[in-house]
Amino acid sequence: MIKEIVIKKNSFFDSVMLMTISREVKNIEGIKEAVVVMATDFNKETLKNVDLVNDEVMEATPSDLIIALKGESEDAIQTAKDKVEEMLTKRTQAQGSEYNPKTLEMALQMAPDSNLALISVPGMYAAEEARKALEAGLHVMLFSDNVSLEDEIKLKKLAQEKGLLMMGPDCGTAIINGVPLAFANKVKRGKIGIVGASGTGTQEVSSIITRLGGGVSQVIGTGGRDLKAEVGGIMMIMGIEALINDDETDVIVLISKPPAKEVMEKVIEKAKGTQKKFIVHFIGADLSFAEKYGLETASTLEETAFKAYEACYGKIAELPYEEEVRIDIEKIRETLKPSQRYIRGLYSGGSLCDEAMVLMKKKFSKVYSNIALTEEEKLPSKDQSIKHTVIDMGDDEFTRGKPHPMIDYTQRVERIFKEAESEEVAVILLDVVLGYGAHKDPASELVPAINKTREIAESKGSNIVFVVALCGTYEDPQDYKKQKEELEKAGAIVATTNKRAVEIAMSIVEA
Amino acid sequence: MSKINELFKKELKVVNIGITGFRDDLKSLSVSVVHVEFRPPAGGNAKLLSILKKLK
Repeated sequence: MIKEIVIKKNSFFDSVMLMTISREVKNIEGIKEAVVVMATDFNKETLKNVDLVNDEVMEATPSDLIIALKGESEDAIQTAKDKVEEMLTKRTQAQGSEYNPKTLEMALQMAPDSNLALISVPGMYAAEEARKALEAGLHVMLFSDNVSLEDEIKLKKLAQEKGLLMMGPDCGTAIINGVPLAFANKVKRGKIGIVGASGTGTQEVSSIITRLGGGVSQVIGTGGRDLKAEVGGIMMIMGIEALINDDETDVIVLISKPPAKEVMEKVIEKAKGTQKKFIVHFIGADLSFAEKYGLETASTLEETAFKAYEACYGKIAELPYEEEVRIDIEKIRETLKPSQRYIRGLYSGGSLCDEAMVLMKKKFSKVYSNIALTEEEKLPSKDQSIKHTVIDMGDDEFTRGKPHPMIDYTQRVERIFKEAESEEVAVILLDVVLGYGAHKDPASELVPAINKTREIAESKGSNIVFVVALCGTYEDPQDYKKQKEELEKAGAIVATTNKRAVEIAMSIVEA
Repeated sequence: MSKINELFKKELKVVNIGITGFRDDLKSLSVSVVHVEFRPPAGGNAKLLSILKKLK
C-alpha cells in the first residue's frame, strides 16, 4: 500500500466541495482511502484514524488544504492527485474572471447596496462574521452550526437593537422576497408568511402550500434554538411583527419544535389580537393555550399547510389527484413474514423525523430514536435500531466531518443495507427532500439501493417495503415528478407528505 | 417602517460567505450575489485568533 500526503498552504475550500472531491477520488480504481480536508483539529483526528498523518500534517493550520491518499499503485495515486487538481481547478475556473473579495468589508465596497449576508463558514468563525455583517447593517442568515448559545443570544440581541433579521445559527432554510436561501424549495409567491424554527418542517409546509396551488410571501427561519428559554424567541417575535406589518401577507404560519412554555406564551401573546390569521404548529406540543386565544392550531405539517391555504384562499385544500397513493395494504402484508413487524425510519430532516415519532407514538407504545421524545426511548447506540426506530441522520453525531444526508446519500444507503439484514424489519421509511442545496438526483442513489435490498430479501423468500416521503415542489430543480416516478418504478411507495408516508408505513405493520 | 419590512420591498442583494454552492444556486436564479472567498482569520491559528479577539 502506498501513502501520499500533499499539503497546500493557504488554500481554503469549503467543506461541501471537499467532501464531493474526497468521494469522487475514493471511487478511483486502486484508491483505498482519500481524505481531502482543511487541516482543522477535528480533521487531523480523522486522518489519524485512517493512519494518514505525518509531522507536517500536525503542524498545518485550518487554512491549509491536505490531500491524503492510500492506493495500491503509484499510477492510482497519480490519477487521484490529478483528479483532485482537476476538480479544484475546475471550481476556481467556474468562478470565472470574476473577482471574489476576501472579506465582507471588501464585498461591501464592491456592492454597497447589498442587504443580506448568507453565512456558512465553519462554526468557530461564524459568530464573528455574523456580528460584522449586522454591524454593517446587513440582515443575516447564518447557516453554520456549532455556534454557542451565548453567541446566538448576543447576535440576536444586536440584531434586535438594529431591527435586522438574524436567522440562525443553524438556520437551514429561508425564502426572502421569493429568493430561496440555502436549503429551500422553489415555491410560488403568495400571501402566506411563515416563521419557522425547524428547517425541513418549514420546507414541507411551504412546498405543500405550493403544490396546493397557493404561495408564500416570506419564509423567515429562526434557527432551532430560538424558542428556548435562554434565547426567548427573539427572532420569531421579530418575524411575526414584520409579517403583521407586511401588506403582502394575509396568513401567518408558525412552525417549531415544542418551545419553552414561557416563550410559547410570549409568542402567542404577540400573535393574538391582530387582523392577520395565524396557524400555529409546534410539533407535538400541547396547543390548548393557543386555542384559548382563538389562534388556529394544526397537529401535523400537512394540516398546517392545508389550514393556511384554506384561511388564505377560502377554498378547500386538495393536493393534485395524481399524488394519491393507491396500494393494496393486504397484498403487501402477504409478502411479509410474521417476524417482520417493525418500521425503521431513516430521516435526513430533523423536523420530519420528529413528526414521524409523534405520529407513531399514537399507535405504538415506544418509538426509539437518537433524538427520542423520551429518555427511555433514546437509542443506546445511534448505529443499532430497536423495534420501531426512527433516526435523524442529519443530527450532529452523524454529520461531524461527514456530509449532510440531504446532500449525500452514502450514510443512508449503508444504513438501509444494515436494516435490511434484520428479520424483524417490514418497512424502511425515508424522507427525500428536494430543492436548492439538496442532492441533485436522489433517485439515482436510492433506486440501486432499493433494488439491491429487494434482491437480498427475495433470496430469503421475503420482502422489505420502502415508503418514501417526498418533500418538494414541481418546480424544484430535481424534477419532482421524475423523482417520484423513478422511485415508484423501483417499487417504493411514494407519499407526497410526511404524514401520509408515516400513516402508510404504520398501516403495513399494524396487525 | 421597520428595516425588515423595508427589506421585503427591495430587491434582495446577497453577500455569500462560505459554501460556494449557495452562490451558484443564487446565480442560477439571477439573484445579485457577491461571494466572499473566506479564509480563517489569523491563518486559523487558534491562539493568535483569541489574542486578536481580546484586542478588539
